Amino acid sequence: MIWRIWNLIIKELLAIWRDPKSRTVLIVPPMLQILLFAFAATQEVRNVPIAVFNEDSGKSAQQIILRLEGVDAFSHIRMLQNEGEIREVIDNQDALFVLRIGQDFSRRIERGESAPLQLLLDGRRSNAAQIAQGYVAAIIGRYNEELLTARRAPPSSSVITERTWFNPNREAQTSTVPSLMGMLTLSTALMVTALSIAREREIGTFEQLLVTPLRPIEIVIGKMAPGLIVGLVQGTLVAVVAVWLFGIRLQGSIALLYLGLVLFLLAAIGVGLFISSLVSTQQQAMLGGMTFMMPASILSGFASPVANMPEWLQVLNWINPLAHFLIIIKGVFLRDAPLPLIAQQLWPLLVIAVFTVTAAAWMFRRKIR
Amino acid sequence: MTAPVDDTNTLAVRWRRLRALMKKEWLQILRDPSALIVALVLPLFLLFVFGYGVSLDASSVRLGLAIESPTSETSWFQASLENTPFFRIKTARNRAALDDEMMTGHLDGIVVLAGDFSQKLARGETAPVQIITDGSDPNTAGLVSGYVQGAWQSWLAQRALSSGAVMALPIRIEAQVWFNPELKSRRFLVPGSIALIQMLIGTLLTALVVAREWERGTIESLLATPTGVAEFLISKLVPNFMLGMAAMAVSVTAAVFLFDIPLRGSLLALVALTAAFQACALSVGLLASTVSHSQFVATQIAMFASFLPGFFLSGFIFDLSGTPLAIRLLSYIIPARHYVQGLQTIFLAGDVPGLLLRCMAALMGLACVLLVVVVRNTRTRLD
Repeated sequence: MIWRIWNLIIKELLAIWRDPKSRTVLIVPPMLQILLFAFAATQEVRNVPIAVFNEDSGKSAQQIILRLEGVDAFSHIRMLQNEGEIREVIDNQDALFVLRIGQDFSRRIERGESAPLQLLLDGRRSNAAQIAQGYVAAIIGRYNEELLTARRAPPSSSVITERTWFNPNREAQTSTVPSLMGMLTLSTALMVTALSIAREREIGTFEQLLVTPLRPIEIVIGKMAPGLIVGLVQGTLVAVVAVWLFGIRLQGSIALLYLGLVLFLLAAIGVGLFISSLVSTQQQAMLGGMTFMMPASILSGFASPVANMPEWLQVLNWINPLAHFLIIIKGVFLRDAPLPLIAQQLWPLLVIAVFTVTAAAWMFRRKIR
Repeated sequence: MTAPVDDTNTLAVRWRRLRALMKKEWLQILRDPSALIVALVLPLFLLFVFGYGVSLDASSVRLGLAIESPTSETSWFQASLENTPFFRIKTARNRAALDDEMMTGHLDGIVVLAGDFSQKLARGETAPVQIITDGSDPNTAGLVSGYVQGAWQSWLAQRALSSGAVMALPIRIEAQVWFNPELKSRRFLVPGSIALIQMLIGTLLTALVVAREWERGTIESLLATPTGVAEFLISKLVPNFMLGMAAMAVSVTAAVFLFDIPLRGSLLALVALTAAFQACALSVGLLASTVSHSQFVATQIAMFASFLPGFFLSGFIFDLSGTPLAIRLLSYIIPARHYVQGLQTIFLAGDVPGLLLRCMAALMGLACVLLVVVVRNTRTRLD
């Protein structure tokens, strides 16, 4: 029996590799995605042009502009000459924000009064605007401290000390590149499985497979194995790239990483099997696969946190293998979470795998009769 | 010269042929439900997923608060955290009790008030407040730390007020966010996702049509007719263009009425920009299907040439300013980038002539280049 399954697996792998279509699906997306994930998937704010409308000729205004120039995130400071330009630069997105310094700004500070600074931000990029506002607030905060010290005010009664766990410098790559392990293997494992069965049905070899001495369970194993093998290879590749190329340290255990990956792949393969049990052509299999994968990846928490979604979507995410796996991968890769914590995400994956494979098997049996 | 009049190429004949071809294309679309599903159901479905599922606003932050020795001072601090609407606070006597939940990502951050917090305050020393954030999601980490600092500042101000000291900071920042004062990320994400959806369905629609003719062999009968490249392509483009515009109407209606996104610009600008963008998206799809001749590969190419760059390089969710120079330069040849910028402006800011003309020019330029490439790659011979 082992021998028969082995032969079937070899046949399946050859079928995938010899078919130029599935070969492209295996090679092109991973390379593209590694590049995009590594370099484009970031919400950091850098190189943004800003503008200052300064109506004040005093020293304090100059100080603030000088300090703004020192911020790396701001590439270029445009000095506006008149009020009308404020609207223009923001409307045309020539500046993420305009800092407006009023006429009596420096004088008020010298007199020891409180001086307002107007910050006008572009809400079309409200996320970037909030981050930029944080930078400005930090500069003003430090300047305020200095002014207060100069005025011999009593020291502040409290300070904030800040620490960031799991990714001390809050680097975008450290958070996105490991997630790629899930995004990438989901699409390959699911597609390889769904397409392989759809192809056999389309060209009519599925019936031939059924009349061979192979038992149904052996056929199922033979159809699941290639997705698992390809997924494991790709997953390993991403892990190697993450560790070696991007210098992201694997904090947790490799065994736990692979336990999570295998269960995740089984769930993805199960979904692929289930889709292929519903369709009759490769085209339909692909559309079906996309219909599942697009919402699954958008809602997985990769692009924006799951916690920000409405409650009912968070509940729905329970059947999303990627949502579970992203927690596992971040847990193992970045946080060194122990098995009992990871297990909370492992068993849903197992349930998804068992359920989808059983449902697919039932659908196949019903169609054959 | 007495050459026989070539009656296959007079303008009238061409026009009749084109109409017939387009009619055939329309019938094909109407009889195959998959095209209509792609054009009308898919946009709604995707808009739904994007609109509800993607949000950068940390609107409910799960915060752990470790108070090592509770006093009236610490409960004062706790109250100011609780007054911040987006915090859901879980308290504990020490940090270790919260570590596990931080590990599983069930907490977005921890605030620690050390055992000597109240004593230090009483003695007039500086009492530290520690914030621990989860760097595995850098964006949320930044927001959480900002929110906690906001709460901390209002606590400081209240404390100063009650002790009689005037805590006037020399400089106050008065921030005003234009176009989106509530700072809802959905306001810019929904227009962005419309662009992404348009790109996806535009390419998918046309990716299938030429490849389908090759795959089913009907291209042979088509090539046997005197149809020229231009007529062939126009007959493929026009019906799908109209489908794409219908999809746009569906998406915009949903955005305005379902997601409450203001539409401050004019419909004219919206239609013009969309038309230019459609030309790009449809050309990418046509190119994919002329190059591959197989529906399957064509769809794959369309996906990887449209959806992925549209998602990552359009500035729709990931801010392009943070990417390396090479990526920023590359993004200029991605049609979705210009369309996202234009749509966000039309929806939120209104008709800004300078910016919209810039986007329009870029899209039209890209469309021209793409169309030329398509024409040169379309073969009217079987070999």
